[in-house]
Amino acid sequence: MRKKILAVSLVILLVLPLLSSSQGQPATTLGKVQARGKLICGVNNAVPGFGFVDPQGNYSGFDIDYCKALATAIFNDPNKVEYRPVTAASRFPALQSGEIDVLIRNTTWTIDRDVGLPFNFAPTTFYDGQGFMVRKTSRINTLKDLNGATICVLQGTTTEQNLADMARRLGITIKPLVFSDVNARDKAYDEGRCDAMTADASGLAAARIKLSKPDDHKILPELISKEPLGPVVRHGDDQWFDIVKWTVFCTMEAEELEVSSKNVAQLKTSQDPRIRRLLGLEGDFGKKLGLDNAWCANVIEKVGNYGEIYDRNVKPLGLERIADGKPSPNALWNDGGLIYAPPFR
Amino acid sequence: MRLIFRWLRENLFSTWYNTLLTVLVIWFLWVAFSGLFQWAVRDAVWSGGAAACQQARQLAQAEGRSWGACWTVIPENLKLFLAGTYPAGELWRIWVCVYISAAMLGLSAGVWRGLVRDVVVALGAAALVLLVLPFSWTERLWMFGIVLALVVPLGLRWVARSRIPRVRWILGGGWLALPILVVWLIGGGGPLPKVESTQWGGLMLTVLLAVIGIVASFPLGVLLALGRQSTLPIVRWFSILYIEIVRGVPLITVIFMASLMLPLFLPGHLRIDQALRAMIAFTLFTAAYIAENVRGGLQSISRGQIEAAQALGLSHWLTTLFIVLPQALRAVIPANVGQFISLFKDTSLVFVAALLDLFNIGRSILANPQWLGTDREVLLFVAFVYWVFTYAMAHLSRRLETILGVGER
Repeated sequence: MRKKILAVSLVILLVLPLLSSSQGQPATTLGKVQARGKLICGVNNAVPGFGFVDPQGNYSGFDIDYCKALATAIFNDPNKVEYRPVTAASRFPALQSGEIDVLIRNTTWTIDRDVGLPFNFAPTTFYDGQGFMVRKTSRINTLKDLNGATICVLQGTTTEQNLADMARRLGITIKPLVFSDVNARDKAYDEGRCDAMTADASGLAAARIKLSKPDDHKILPELISKEPLGPVVRHGDDQWFDIVKWTVFCTMEAEELEVSSKNVAQLKTSQDPRIRRLLGLEGDFGKKLGLDNAWCANVIEKVGNYGEIYDRNVKPLGLERIADGKPSPNALWNDGGLIYAPPFR
Repeated sequence: MRLIFRWLRENLFSTWYNTLLTVLVIWFLWVAFSGLFQWAVRDAVWSGGAAACQQARQLAQAEGRSWGACWTVIPENLKLFLAGTYPAGELWRIWVCVYISAAMLGLSAGVWRGLVRDVVVALGAAALVLLVLPFSWTERLWMFGIVLALVVPLGLRWVARSRIPRVRWILGGGWLALPILVVWLIGGGGPLPKVESTQWGGLMLTVLLAVIGIVASFPLGVLLALGRQSTLPIVRWFSILYIEIVRGVPLITVIFMASLMLPLFLPGHLRIDQALRAMIAFTLFTAAYIAENVRGGLQSISRGQIEAAQALGLSHWLTTLFIVLPQALRAVIPANVGQFISLFKDTSLVFVAALLDLFNIGRSILANPQWLGTDREVLLFVAFVYWVFTYAMAHLSRRLETILGVGER
């Protein structure tokens, strides 16, 4: 009898806290984030320009700034973020299990991931793609000029496959020089063992800084693969998806309307209805998202518009949005790029 | 001088083919290491930040020669290497932990002498060496504090030798309380502002994970080993099941499960601290291996000793505690220390649990556009730190073996 009572009370002891504390818990992601008091953002800690740790121990980079933007939209405080460095292998399980609220870690949007996994992809924040770096003196200006060129490439990556596909498509012959290590590839290119080097454009830019004379090299504007990178959220919470989506659009629209962290305070008196709606002075868009009406104004003030975020993080790598008059996909749509936000009305 | 010549002649130039071999080896060493020497020492940049490295590189390129190492990446990022993303304003708390540990060691050295005193001497010497290296004056001051914290209690103890009754018991209790104190100081709570464990990092996290893993897994491992030998079927089967399951799974999978899959089994709002999960994963994993090591030791104790103990009227537990275990544990010191060294290095797998230990903070530094291209310097430094710690552990275990007379009967 005593044993039975003991067993029953043990079970009650174990189950009770689970039952009692599961009551009154918020069901939405936004509610959970607000109850927790901070956003948990899955990031990469080792991509030049996109995510790294500065000497003071703070996370820094392009993707990090979008975590800050999201935290600012929710809390009006860019520091209410807990960064979770996730690996290529652990990012999707981490998002799926709810360990992270949002994944902002150079993740390419593909149909397989969007349809095959229970995730939604927010608008692309950075259009990456496989490109080529050549010497400025080499007279290679387009992909066709690569005919007969020796090209340094990493072994066994999709990069190598894309290169072969491109050569077949354009009907040119190329001589790939294959390396298993990034540093070896960069060194070989630097020593002039190949005429061109191929990798993702952001990776090429990081490699260029390491070269002995970075200014002697240029990245061709043409890209041979599409790598759209942006935030990813779980299925099943459309409000949260909307918040992430429109926070990204907020930074883009702000740049288009020339609202920046520097002039946002003055523009609060603006009579331009587009700016007034963007800053939450008219309309109830913030409320409808479950946030404050000034959410976008706060993001612009504390983090900046798309151009500011780009210039702060990616420009130091030497990746221009408009190079030699030719817009990259990361230029604003009215400059000829792909950065486009739907209207705020 | 003459002695040196004689040694040279006897060992290196005794015959014509020995002379030839010596010359060949010297030539080979020169070819192999002159490049390394040029890179690591002659052309290296030791101070002045990222700009100095850039300058040296441009100069070398203009002259058309290769450039040297950029060692300045280490002192510039020292805070990251040591404590990762730990808030800079709270760094003093880590120093306090180091000081308390050093003072405890110093006091213990005064009480127990022997091995502990060797450790204290070695640590003091290491701290003095660090003082000479190019660190800033504030950092040197902090390091000098370590020397003081080691030496002062040692001296105090000698002055007041055996004045305090039961000092050994008090000290032992202190060592038991130390991990709790350290975790509280680092993590905060109560009057101290809280520092989330996701902000712990660098060498501090590596050492913390390793020490807690070692301290917690050892008793658990011994219990499991005894359990596997037990005559009670439930205890025995549980131990066997546990050991065989855990040993059959790679460590990275255990950490992966603990850090990413756990929320699927827990109610949505219940969150367990990231570092704690990693510590538990390391402890449970290592305990299974320790258990098997210890079982090997238990089986090496001859049956006659146990029978003799029983003949003397010792109970089963007393026999285990005073006859079997001391000899068994002594015999498996090398195997266990090997396990602990491997645990120390395996802590770099906490990256899966989204924590930035020494190795992974190094990778983060390499992604800083300012320090692009310093891969060799950073990785060599990280490897060196790992080596210092693992070698110290190996050396300590050898000393322990000599003192306990392992290999002799």
